[in-house]
Amino acid sequence: MLALKEVGKTYPNGVHALERFSAEIAPGEIIAIIGGSGCGKSTLLRAIAGLDRATTGSVTLDNAVITSPHAKIGIIFQEPRLLPWLSVADNIGFGLADLPADVRRERVASALARVALADKASAWPRELSGGQAQRVAIARALVPQPEVLLLDEPFSALDAFTRRDLQDHLLDLWADTRPTLILVTHDVDEAVVLADRVLVMRPRPGRLFEQITINLARPRDRKSELFDTFKRRVLTALDRSLDRSVRDVTDKSSAGEAMWW
Amino acid sequence: MAMTVDLPALEQTAAPRAASARWSRFARPVLGLVVPVVLALGWELAVALGYSNGRLVPPPSKVFETIVALAGSGELSRHILATLWRVGAGFALGVVAGTIMGAISGYWNFARRLLDPTVQALRAIPSIAWVPLFILWLGIFETSKVALIAVGVFFPVYLGVMGAILSVDRKVVEVGRVFRLSGFAMIRRILLPAVLPAYVVSLRVGLGLGWMFVVAAEFMGASEGLGYLLIDGQQLGKPAQILAAIVIFAILGKLTDWLIEIAAAPLLRWQDAFSTRGAT
Repeated sequence: MLALKEVGKTYPNGVHALERFSAEIAPGEIIAIIGGSGCGKSTLLRAIAGLDRATTGSVTLDNAVITSPHAKIGIIFQEPRLLPWLSVADNIGFGLADLPADVRRERVASALARVALADKASAWPRELSGGQAQRVAIARALVPQPEVLLLDEPFSALDAFTRRDLQDHLLDLWADTRPTLILVTHDVDEAVVLADRVLVMRPRPGRLFEQITINLARPRDRKSELFDTFKRRVLTALDRSLDRSVRDVTDKSSAGEAMWW
Repeated sequence: MAMTVDLPALEQTAAPRAASARWSRFARPVLGLVVPVVLALGWELAVALGYSNGRLVPPPSKVFETIVALAGSGELSRHILATLWRVGAGFALGVVAGTIMGAISGYWNFARRLLDPTVQALRAIPSIAWVPLFILWLGIFETSKVALIAVGVFFPVYLGVMGAILSVDRKVVEVGRVFRLSGFAMIRRILLPAVLPAYVVSLRVGLGLGWMFVVAAEFMGASEGLGYLLIDGQQLGKPAQILAAIVIFAILGKLTDWLIEIAAAPLLRWQDAFSTRGAT
């Protein structure tokens, strides 16, 4: 269980990025965090990753307080951030340095096969397309088998076709070990396709505005009417989150409320 | 229908283009040789036809003869070895000092604030200005020469290493943090490979300066070395010997630079550099 308790962040330059963000996220749950720019989505993700410390509140994973990067938490950034001096295979095995070489090779090989890049094992990162590079980044983050995987707008730099492809692929990979996924995104479609629960945030300072549970069976049909209904629901929440006249509903909303029809 | 008409036309333009690409790959280096070769042949011809006596500006054949004669007497290898030793020793010292100091200043902000202003101030001094002091301190023989070369090599290496460490991408360092690398592992697995390309460039710049400074060092009283050949040629009025020494300097400089390039190439194959495009 990942518990966020009143997490807040004020940067040294005085910017109040995040305020009293609380949520409990069950193992294996897929969460999408969505909101306008400057609503503290990335700040929140970096606090969960242990890359930046929250100034108030706490992040705990199975009762361990997270203050620095943790073995059970992986992260995928907006850019693949592959190490250009390592081959694709060595990039994927980067987090497995402590394992014996043969175990590492085996895990890397199966991960390569899993992201359909077995033929690129010895290629340099510069020889990959954007989508391939992001697949390597996903494999690198998944291969140490994290319990929580954080994704910071991982597909936003890709074209629409590649993005859709990778969304499906991510769900496929998720089904292998079912880690908790927390995905920051700008893309309503992506949030509704992937998430069990969408957390809508509102900006200045960033805080939780509304939670929407997406109880649609997977695989989800992007063209179905029900899918559209959920999309509209998220879009409406987003619009309201940017309207300063609307009061916060954070305290009242619960996971079950999304069953509004 | 339009396709069948267009295709032969496309092929016609493509074939000469491929041929011209092949031609330019071969011709480009050759093109660079045209001017010096024409000048050399022209001068050779001018002297041969008696338009000039070629005494102050000897023709290429005379320079070549001088090199052969020096090589035959064993003089040449003695001078080359003396110069190579000085450059080698000075380069090694300069690189070691520059790398250590550059790494310290790049890695620790405190050390940089403490040391860098002093180093930068010293850098502003033209290195040749140290010569009289080095001779007083270290004597007229090898030590002062090696020290001068080391000073010349030190600054580009120091600046290169420090700059490279400071400009390592924060995002790449963050990848290391996510995988919880210790300080030492972070240096070995992230910082070292990241700074390597800039380091190799700084080594090459340093070596270039090393060759520049060995001439200055050998001007300050040497009995052997290529710089001595230059001075000796000037004092005894042997322009062919001066030109011979210059040619050998050029060859050795290029050769040693090429050695660094070759040695570093396998470590830098990953680079997404302009020159690797199209080759892969």
